[in-house]
Amino acid sequence: MTRAAFGALLSHWWRNPLQLFTLLAGLALATGLWSGVQAINAEARASYDAAASTLDEGRYDRLVARDGGAFAQDNYIALRRAGWQVSPMVTGDLNGVRLIGLDALTAPSGMGPVSLGGGTDLGAFLTGSAQVFANAATAARLDGVEVLIADDLANDTAVADIGTAQALLGREGLIDSLLVMPDQPVGLPALGEVAPDLTMQAAQGGTDIAGLTDSFHLNLTAFGLLSFAVGIFIVHGAIGLAFEQRRGMVRTLRALGVPLNRLIGLMLAELLVFALVAGVIGVALGYVIAALLLPDVAATLRGLYGADVSGNLQLRPVWWLSGLGIAFAGTLIAGGSALWGISKMPLLAAAQPRALAMAAGRRARWQLVVALVLLALAAVLVFTADGLVAGFAMLGALLIGAAFALPPVLNAVLAFASARAKGVTAQWFWADTRQQLPGLSLALMALMLAIAANVGVSTMVSSFRLTFTGFLDQRLASELYVSTDSAEQTAALISYAETEGVAVLPIQSADVQIAGHPAEVFGTRDHATYRDNWQFLQSSAGAWDATFAGQAVVINEQLARRAGLALGDPVTFGSVTLPVAGIYGDYGNPVGQVVLVEDVFATEFPHVVARQFGLRISGDVGDFVNDLTAATGIGAGQTIDQAGIKAVSLAIFERTFTVTTALNILTLAVAGFAILMSLLTLAAMRVPQLAPAWAMGMTRAALGRLELLRAVMLAVLTAVLALPLGLALAWVLLAVVNVAAFGWQLPMYLFPLDYARLGGFALVAAVLAAGWPAWRLARTPPGDLLKVFANER
Amino acid sequence: MCYFNGMTLLTVDNLSKTYATADGPFAVLRGVSMTLEAGESLALTGESGSGKSTLLHLIGGLDRPDAGSILLQGQDIARLDDAGRAALRRGTVGVVFQQFNLIPSLKIADNIAFQARLAGRHDADWCAVLADRMGLTDHLRKYPEQLSGGQQQRVAIARTLAPRPALVLADEPTGNLDEGTAATVMDMMLELVAETGAGLLMVTHSQALAGRLQRRLHLRAGQVA
Ligand SMILES: Nc1ncnc2c1ncn2[C@@H]1O[C@H](COP(=O)(O)OP(=O)(O)OP(=O)(O)O)[C@@H](O)[C@H]1O
Ligand SMILES: [Mg+2]
Repeated sequence: MTRAAFGALLSHWWRNPLQLFTLLAGLALATGLWSGVQAINAEARASYDAAASTLDEGRYDRLVARDGGAFAQDNYIALRRAGWQVSPMVTGDLNGVRLIGLDALTAPSGMGPVSLGGGTDLGAFLTGSAQVFANAATAARLDGVEVLIADDLANDTAVADIGTAQALLGREGLIDSLLVMPDQPVGLPALGEVAPDLTMQAAQGGTDIAGLTDSFHLNLTAFGLLSFAVGIFIVHGAIGLAFEQRRGMVRTLRALGVPLNRLIGLMLAELLVFALVAGVIGVALGYVIAALLLPDVAATLRGLYGADVSGNLQLRPVWWLSGLGIAFAGTLIAGGSALWGISKMPLLAAAQPRALAMAAGRRARWQLVVALVLLALAAVLVFTADGLVAGFAMLGALLIGAAFALPPVLNAVLAFASARAKGVTAQWFWADTRQQLPGLSLALMALMLAIAANVGVSTMVSSFRLTFTGFLDQRLASELYVSTDSAEQTAALISYAETEGVAVLPIQSADVQIAGHPAEVFGTRDHATYRDNWQFLQSSAGAWDATFAGQAVVINEQLARRAGLALGDPVTFGSVTLPVAGIYGDYGNPVGQVVLVEDVFATEFPHVVARQFGLRISGDVGDFVNDLTAATGIGAGQTIDQAGIKAVSLAIFERTFTVTTALNILTLAVAGFAILMSLLTLAAMRVPQLAPAWAMGMTRAALGRLELLRAVMLAVLTAVLALPLGLALAWVLLAVVNVAAFGWQLPMYLFPLDYARLGGFALVAAVLAAGWPAWRLARTPPGDLLKVFANER
Repeated sequence: MCYFNGMTLLTVDNLSKTYATADGPFAVLRGVSMTLEAGESLALTGESGSGKSTLLHLIGGLDRPDAGSILLQGQDIARLDDAGRAALRRGTVGVVFQQFNLIPSLKIADNIAFQARLAGRHDADWCAVLADRMGLTDHLRKYPEQLSGGQQQRVAIARTLAPRPALVLADEPTGNLDEGTAATVMDMMLELVAETGAGLLMVTHSQALAGRLQRRLHLRAGQVA
């Protein structure tokens, strides 16, 4: 019995290969989209983590040579003898691999191989025997060198004991920099006394990078979630149709004596086989997608955040499994409800139409209730969500609620149009469209989610870009940063800059507590740089005038949120109490900030002396540095070319767009495919519905045109509804999820042109998807149309 | 599975069936009793809505009665669970529907053999005989959609007889066919059913057709008239 029944079930696909193809393709595309995004995300995260855990050198202050070059090891020995807690480092290039030499005994814990996992011969490393660590890919490029594999090291990076590294690099006795431990003994002799050729470089604040990288990952995760939702709807549609088409067969099988349980078991087995096949294809597809996009993602992250991301994709079992898991989960979720429907389907044909209509009505009502509950939940979460989980829950509630609400809303719109239609063709068209809606609704939901995802993600990324470029302009406004290490140098810098007509802006700060929160106070000089480049999230009129007049301060968003400060509220530290005149965005910074005019700062913190300066240079930065060194002895190692950093950052940030745009188009293409699939599978059922219209005098060409028009109209309606959903999505991502995750809100900008273009894409997708089925319908042989009447019972 | 003519094959006793409708419960069958001997043929007549199909479905194990009993070969099928009734439909009773209910994706030969295969009683020679007697030999490699209505119904009848059921139920089997075709199909069916020795219970609106069966039972408003 089982074999005969299974054979009958499978014979359906043999006779209808197109349906089988659409089912498998739908499943595979959904899986591919999901696992592609996952792969990119996992790969980027893994590489970033490896890079971050290998060496977070940027966390420490360091001593470098004044001229920026290498210096002799004697300096290190002298400093150690004097009591300075410093650790030497040498870096260099070995066959294109960045080799880092560390001293394991003095290096801060958690750095380099000291924190590596099992298998590392710590003893050998500590005793300085020749050992080089690298991951497998990097090790392959270091032939001739004995390398120990440490897989959590970043790509293109090798770590060795400093002696080994010096030998390999041919730089015996030379050191590039000395890491300065955070806790130094009191009463140390001054740096200038022990090692006059060295200068102190302040820590880079690695948290900035981590914060922004995480934000980017969070965005990708959100996108993965969206692609999953789109995928589930597509799988649901494909499987629902596959079951719909075999309703009659299922009833016959049962009438002929196949027990319901057996039948359900067989169909479940069949589904799981499909899920496996489609899942494997989908994961492979995801790999291709990821492989095509990853070089850009890698470049984006590396360039933008300085995170070292390998451009090589690795086959990670995790995302193979998660891809297959999605294929199975999606199939089971979608197949579960279809199988449930079959188990509840009455055996007798006589009871069928009534029961079906009643079931459809019940389902529609049930969906509407779920939609309203979810949307209400999302609305409540707008006011109450304050964590990442709540943010994502809100995202989910909003999306699924909106998707479930789509069919009833479309139905209402069509009913409205239908009631106002004049002329018999128009009336028939609207009524017929309404009748088609149930069969198309899943594909339309997928389309709506895809468009909303596109609107949401591109709004978010574009807002992010605008904010970020604005922020770079604000923070890297000065073309050159210079640190000095003595009062004389400072004086020399200022007088040289004066003769050159270059503005010098001191950077001086003090740590304070404000309302119980740690914060930094910056003493700032009155200069157009601030007025021109700093963007306020909120400000009162003349905020900078008041600040530079010593009558107010401006603070960053983090402090405003944490201390609950609004415009006009007093801020108190030490003996100073001044009102807040403006709040500025300070992305990726964990600490609160207060900006104060320098005079008041100097009275309040008399012991703080500015040692870092921003210089506004109009000409070539390199030339200026050369002249500066010649005139004052301030070396290149004491300067940072901010203009250069900014240009590189901005150029590479543009690549984020390549990736997001590619993913966007991909999602839309998949949604378009879902529409094509539904229309093709519906086409067979359409013939009996169209035959009467044809018999009553409409030409087949006219019917085909109307089919196309219908699909396009439904797509346009869906796109119109998707726009507000997408904007809501972007708002949740920027204003709820990002705040929950990082403590700062990204301002939201609107991009009407982008949306119009997206709408255009959706339209093209709909026309492409509907074109072929409509064309086929227009060419239905009259015989097939006649058959409808011949077989009519 | 051969039954001697004259042995009681089916005893229906005081059968009732009520459907819940929007206007409240609606009693379709109200205490129907009847018997059928092995090898006997019985015509079930009655006006539309009198409950003929409902009775047939209950006897065929397609639905459950609310009260009463249906003894088929001494077994009360009203008490069977889903699996038991499925087994009954596979092997013991065969139903010929008005809408042929063939499996569209199987070839004619496979459709004919299908129910016998389900019942685990496939006999290729017997299937060949059935195909031959039903005039289907030339169509065995075709699909149902390539056959006319009369041909499809002959496939359905062959499929029903392939596992040699003890009881054949037919619900207006020729209702979808024109008069000429209907007569041929009916002749073939009656002949073959008689040969297999199965009992036959057939719903029909045609007095002429009813006259060709051995007995007749008339239903009126859910009761035997
Ligand atoms: N699933 C059901 N739910 C509610 N009422 C039903 C259902 N099935 C049948 N009925 C009702 O039961 C009554 C008998 O139906 P049945 O199909 O048995 O009549 P019939 O004698 O076969 O009629 P016909 O000659 O038209 O086929 C009808 O009034 C029908 O509307
Ligand atoms: Mg009937």
